[in-house]
Amino acid sequence: MYYLFDHTFPGLLCCVFESFERKEFEITPVLEEEFQPDFFSHTRKIVTVPEKAGRVQQALLQKVGRQTALDFFKIFLSEDREAWRALFSIIQYVFRYSPEIWQNYGHPDVLYLVQTLKKVNRERHRMKAFVRFHKSRDGLYVASIEPDFNVLPLISDFFRKRYADQHWLIYDVKRGYGLLYDQCQVTEVHLMEEEHAANRRRTSVGDTRALEIPLDDRDRDFQRLWKQYYSSTNIESRRNLRLHLRHVPKRYWKYLTEKEYG
Amino acid sequence: MDRIEEKLKILADAAKYDVSCSSSGSKRQNTGGIGDASFGGICHTYTEDGRCVSLLKILLTNHCIYDCAFCVSRRSNDVKRAAFTVEEVVDLTMNFYRRNYIEGLFLSSGIFKNADFTMERLLLIVKKLRTEQRYNGYIHLKTIPGASEELIREAGLYVDRMSINLELPTEEGLKLLAPEKDHDSVKKPLAFVKEQIQQLRSEAKMIKHTPSFVPAGQSTQMVIGATPETDLQIMSVANTFYQDYKLKRVYYSGFVPIHQEHSLLPSIGSAPPLLRENRLYQTDWLLRFYDFRLDEILNAEHSHLDLEVDPKLSWALRNPQYFPIDINTADYKMIIRIPGVGRQSALKIMQARKFGKLREYQLKKMGIAFNRARHFMVCADSVVSLGTPSMETVRGHILSKGNSKYKGKIGQGQLLLFS
Repeated sequence: MYYLFDHTFPGLLCCVFESFERKEFEITPVLEEEFQPDFFSHTRKIVTVPEKAGRVQQALLQKVGRQTALDFFKIFLSEDREAWRALFSIIQYVFRYSPEIWQNYGHPDVLYLVQTLKKVNRERHRMKAFVRFHKSRDGLYVASIEPDFNVLPLISDFFRKRYADQHWLIYDVKRGYGLLYDQCQVTEVHLMEEEHAANRRRTSVGDTRALEIPLDDRDRDFQRLWKQYYSSTNIESRRNLRLHLRHVPKRYWKYLTEKEYG
Repeated sequence: MDRIEEKLKILADAAKYDVSCSSSGSKRQNTGGIGDASFGGICHTYTEDGRCVSLLKILLTNHCIYDCAFCVSRRSNDVKRAAFTVEEVVDLTMNFYRRNYIEGLFLSSGIFKNADFTMERLLLIVKKLRTEQRYNGYIHLKTIPGASEELIREAGLYVDRMSINLELPTEEGLKLLAPEKDHDSVKKPLAFVKEQIQQLRSEAKMIKHTPSFVPAGQSTQMVIGATPETDLQIMSVANTFYQDYKLKRVYYSGFVPIHQEHSLLPSIGSAPPLLRENRLYQTDWLLRFYDFRLDEILNAEHSHLDLEVDPKLSWALRNPQYFPIDINTADYKMIIRIPGVGRQSALKIMQARKFGKLREYQLKKMGIAFNRARHFMVCADSVVSLGTPSMETVRGHILSKGNSKYKGKIGQGQLLLFS
């Protein structure tokens, strides 16, 4: 049977809740808009109820502890459908049998989830490193990113602590939302529908900066100095492009000041 | 602006041969200003040579009173000279940091006038960053050999890591290429900082608030391939320094030829010994994280590392009596000795085998280098062959099947320098 949910983490937890309430354990959770019904499939639409999701989350915390519960959330952020399926089945297993399953790296689902977790963590770490702020004329530090996974929620704390005394905005161009910090708290912000559409057009034709914001007078200078530093600190006789590309894959270059074309 | 750009070009270029790049090991937190330290360190970008860029690595000046043959900034070298002002360094650091270009500052300097005068300038910069700018990001400061203990102690209160380079692995080498220097001038400050760290640590047990002092510890660097030391000599020196001075890291820097005239040094155009450097780092890791003793890897009989295979594999091939290891029963200490199995995979194996005997297909998926490891371990379903193959055969097997990034490079130029 298929459970149709709304692509949120609470939504997935509600699928867990319903499956236990209804004693339906042969379940594959799928996104409502992606589901392609065929003649034989049974489906149930799951409505996300925060209280139900909260109860499952509480129970998870008790069963597996804070760290593993957080790991489950991180895996969810991979947006990988196969990982969602495996995650759902492992959470079911945790509640029905034993939470120790999570250490069984010989189990194909567990191994797949651990590998997905590793990818998400790596992307999170990359975004801590690869965010490049541009200073706008009114003092806001702005950065655009296009991470492989939805890692903005995972880097919010890091940037809030580190850049506590400056206003900043990190905007996920791919997913159309960003985090805005006003020296006090971080809030999630969305562009207006038409701005977002214009943005998509701009990025798809290869404009390197997704947001058009008037820059601070000295910002260009520091970009130039940074590029200068980047090229002078390279040792030509040790050139190793293979290694270079492994560390900085080309898909990230678009937003890296030192790698910007032209 | 153009002048700053030129200075940056000269002084970054002069600092780049110092390979220390790490920004890890400090837990400094943001206390109302800007910045903090990330304990694991963050590499913000990588240059085309594949090295990471995490710190703004610059010299305050490349004017120097010394004339060390291996150094670009030596007195007799005909290069452009430049010097930053204190404000320029502070401004650059803050603006790069605020844009998330860097994790912090790595500040070194040529020695102008005398050691204390230079050290005072460096101290002034880190003090300004910490107090005026309320900057809590990472700072790696070079200790200037010969600077007074008062200055070193004060600097230690502001920075995260201090380092001072051995430059050449042996005293004889140093005499040859940098007659004005000796190892003692390196050992003394290293010992002094170590003592200060330990003293504060013991005080911290009794006093609630002790100041943080060089929280990320000390490191040093040796130039490899400028003088004819053996790998055994190099690693013995490193091992002693790890023990005696509680260093966090020893860096090995393959010598990049920078001038023609010196008859003792490899000439321009000869490739830096990258492969040898790699093998030394692998050995360093085996000593620090895999519980190997130095004499197991390098000894009088084997005073050079095998360039064809990594040092763990090389050790395993010489010690067939320990293998094959049964991964379903062996303890962690033995599992990490299997070539191709790292610490992460070993931990996974330890966890997973509680749920049932592990088979080959499971191990293949866990991320070990199976092509190497298979010759040295048995799984639940490993086929038992009659008679063990000789280690020579195993070596041939691994080399022919392996896809080493160094394939075809061995024996071309690099080795000839040292034979």
